[in-house]
Amino acid sequence: MSTAAETPYKPVTTTGRITDFVDQRVGGSGILREFGRKVFPDHWSFMFGEVALYSFVILLLSGTFLTFFYDPSMAESVYNGSYVPLKGVDMSVAMNSTLNISFDIRGGLFMRQVHHWSALLFTASIAVHMLRVFFTGAFRKPRELNWVVGGVLLILSLADGFTGYSLPDDLLSGNGLRIIQGVITSIPVIGTYISFFLFGGEFPGTAIIGRLYVLHILLVPAMILLMIAIHLFMVVVHKHTQYPGPGRNDRNVVGYPLGPVYAAKAGGFFFIIFGVIAAMAALFTINPIWNYGPYDPSPISAGTQPDWYIGWVDGALRLMPGWLLGLPLEWNIPLPWGVNTLSLNVLIPALVPAGIVFTVLFAYPWIERWVTKDDREHHVLDRPRNAPTRTAIGMAGFTFYCVLWAAASSDLIATHFHVSLNDVIYWLRALIFIGPIVAFVVTKRIALALQRKDREIALHGRETGRIVRLPHGEYQEVHAQVDDYKRFKLVGYESPVPSAGVPNRNGIVTKAEKRRALLSRFFFEDRVAPATPGELHAAHDHGHEQIEESEKAKEVAH
Amino acid sequence: MGDHSDGIPAGSDAVAKAGLNEVEKFQDPGLPPHRLRLADTDPRAAKRAERQVAILFGVSVVGTLLFFFGYFFIRLDDTIATLRLQNMLLGLGTAFAMLGIGTGIVHWARALMPDHEVSEERHELRSEADREAAVKIVDDIVEETGIKRRPLIRNTLLGAVALAPFPAIVMFRDLGPLPANALKHTMWDKGIRLVRDPTGTPIKASDVTLGSAFHVIPDGLNDLHEGKLEEKAKAVVLLMRLDPSQLNPSKGREDWSYNGIVAYSKICTHVGCPVALYEQQTHHLLCPCHQSTFDLTQECKVIFGPANRPLPQLPISIDSEGYLVAQSDFHEPVGPSFWERG
Repeated sequence: MSTAAETPYKPVTTTGRITDFVDQRVGGSGILREFGRKVFPDHWSFMFGEVALYSFVILLLSGTFLTFFYDPSMAESVYNGSYVPLKGVDMSVAMNSTLNISFDIRGGLFMRQVHHWSALLFTASIAVHMLRVFFTGAFRKPRELNWVVGGVLLILSLADGFTGYSLPDDLLSGNGLRIIQGVITSIPVIGTYISFFLFGGEFPGTAIIGRLYVLHILLVPAMILLMIAIHLFMVVVHKHTQYPGPGRNDRNVVGYPLGPVYAAKAGGFFFIIFGVIAAMAALFTINPIWNYGPYDPSPISAGTQPDWYIGWVDGALRLMPGWLLGLPLEWNIPLPWGVNTLSLNVLIPALVPAGIVFTVLFAYPWIERWVTKDDREHHVLDRPRNAPTRTAIGMAGFTFYCVLWAAASSDLIATHFHVSLNDVIYWLRALIFIGPIVAFVVTKRIALALQRKDREIALHGRETGRIVRLPHGEYQEVHAQVDDYKRFKLVGYESPVPSAGVPNRNGIVTKAEKRRALLSRFFFEDRVAPATPGELHAAHDHGHEQIEESEKAKEVAH
Repeated sequence: MGDHSDGIPAGSDAVAKAGLNEVEKFQDPGLPPHRLRLADTDPRAAKRAERQVAILFGVSVVGTLLFFFGYFFIRLDDTIATLRLQNMLLGLGTAFAMLGIGTGIVHWARALMPDHEVSEERHELRSEADREAAVKIVDDIVEETGIKRRPLIRNTLLGAVALAPFPAIVMFRDLGPLPANALKHTMWDKGIRLVRDPTGTPIKASDVTLGSAFHVIPDGLNDLHEGKLEEKAKAVVLLMRLDPSQLNPSKGREDWSYNGIVAYSKICTHVGCPVALYEQQTHHLLCPCHQSTFDLTQECKVIFGPANRPLPQLPISIDSEGYLVAQSDFHEPVGPSFWERG
């Protein structure tokens, strides 16, 4: 050992001494050495996940403030606060305390609005983030499990949103709970029991708000935090994906170091998100419960809407007919012990669309993996056009979702555009089947067309808008060749070919393998291959010939 | 289809080349050359960016002061107007405070911090050596526990672990009572007056003019001290009067109405929203939640939407003073379907 190593490090300043004290006990230097300059790729579409994370932080901050004043009790009380129109009205303590937060706690209304807006932004940003991950193929190996964690986070965010939505115990959220209760009782065999256990007896009872409160502020957020921890841990393990481009491949990661640039941008972005939410809370009223009044099973207002993320399930409930071609969708089934009721008109829309969406969502990485037989790690993203079938599948699913979502506003569409409510529903019922197919076909064609355009630009350059007249009278637009870096972005992708069924060890192509081959054809039958250097060369020669010819023609003319 | 198997419409120059090999691919030209920003070359531009960042941080300070102004100097006076003003000042104050810091930092990072993109190698997620070592460790651990050699221990442990969680499930039994017959009955009974919701005043048959509609609750509901909302959630009724010739009562229901006055459950048979919209001209009842439409002239049969069953009818008549009363409870459970409904 050298003498230098034996001399212990002696910090000079007070800060240094404190830092050194902590460092010797937690090993901070090693952590900083590992992560201080860790490279993060940069792209605007990577921000959606950040938006989700930051709105969750804001949810925790604003939510904690609200818990200091909110009282989750369904005991009866008489409102006696500052809001004159509701003075003397009977309402639950929960509603009463929510009104007090709004009218008698300074900044309370602001915090309520911040909390509600950031909840809407939280779910929205998770959804958009997942769309980004899907369309760029970021869910591929090794990130399949993190995709699943993301899907769980999406479901948890919906759960936390809905449980929170019900807490003010106002008319609108009470009717929402009533709908949930009606859906629960349609569950065969155990539905009625679940409803009675959940509500502590008959609807609405006096227990549900307190129970939802515990779920909303304790159980679900704890699960969300756990999932976020796992999610971010895996991001660190995998390192971030990057968009294709010159200098980027599956073996490296190109971007800005964590300190200072990435940390500054990401940290600054938190404040920007906070600022945007605060501006929304300042300028746009959300959930004005004082206009709705306390929950009462009798009144209701027309044109009511759930929060956006519940809309698609509500839309499904609206689209489902109670009778189909004159046949009832509610069956009374005679069983040995009596007649039982199966309410398919409620059960199907409540379970099937969500079931399809989440099953496909969770299974998709494995479906594609099976079809492509691709076991390689992918760290470079696909541009959506370069995976036409995946992009088309995504858009089909997105269209399916959007039709359901539109259906949740069927009455508003009808009154807004002065069309018949029944026609709106008939159209949407048709669109739920036709829409995804049309979206699939159109998206796939657009993606293939964009790929061809990329080829065109890679081989012949971009249009300059400069028109020249050749000596023999022909007009041509001059193309400017793109540089090598730009061209590599256009040609640097994979375009798999359909793979035929492979016989197994016994020389038999199994049924499953045949199905896989069929799907492989479905995926990769229509494809545009990336341009090759040979083609570029040929294209150039072609161009040169033409110019030389025109030069000759010039000479002849002279 | 055959023409498409290689991808592209015939004649296009985009036909895929089968057996594409590495040689025919474009080589990665590597990272593009770094381009300097204005602030990198011009000290005045750098100084300008510095000032801009400082101004943005200054905006944040102003925002925070605006928040304090809104908090301490706006007096709430029981009107929505002052509340709105205060909310706006607090909100915009916070917005400026946060956006000032956020945009300031981001501008600082973009304009003044180094913008060189760097490349870093990715590490193997799992090396073969690690895998082998891990397998060895697990094998050793399993071997040392002896669980494979001692099936008695293994099986009793499995049994114990499988059974142990059940108390945790059983404990939730007392979350609520069993349904029993609760969903099959309402407050309505023979002789109970139909009264207005929410005032509780009784309704004389002569008050119900042709074409009118009343929101109705059973007499005595407002006096309940416990379970008022639960009873109300089942018992609310819509009362309407039509021309008796427009009612088409089925057999056995001829005397359930009085002089064209009919009473139907207000709870939608779909998922339980109040069916509150009465279209007087068409005699349709519309549920505002999911647009189930019921036809009064056909005993509230479903004519559109997701509901399956007609709204249950409450048989009514009048008492000696001419007030409307129920003849009995509903003859079927009201509201959404449930498994035991039958």
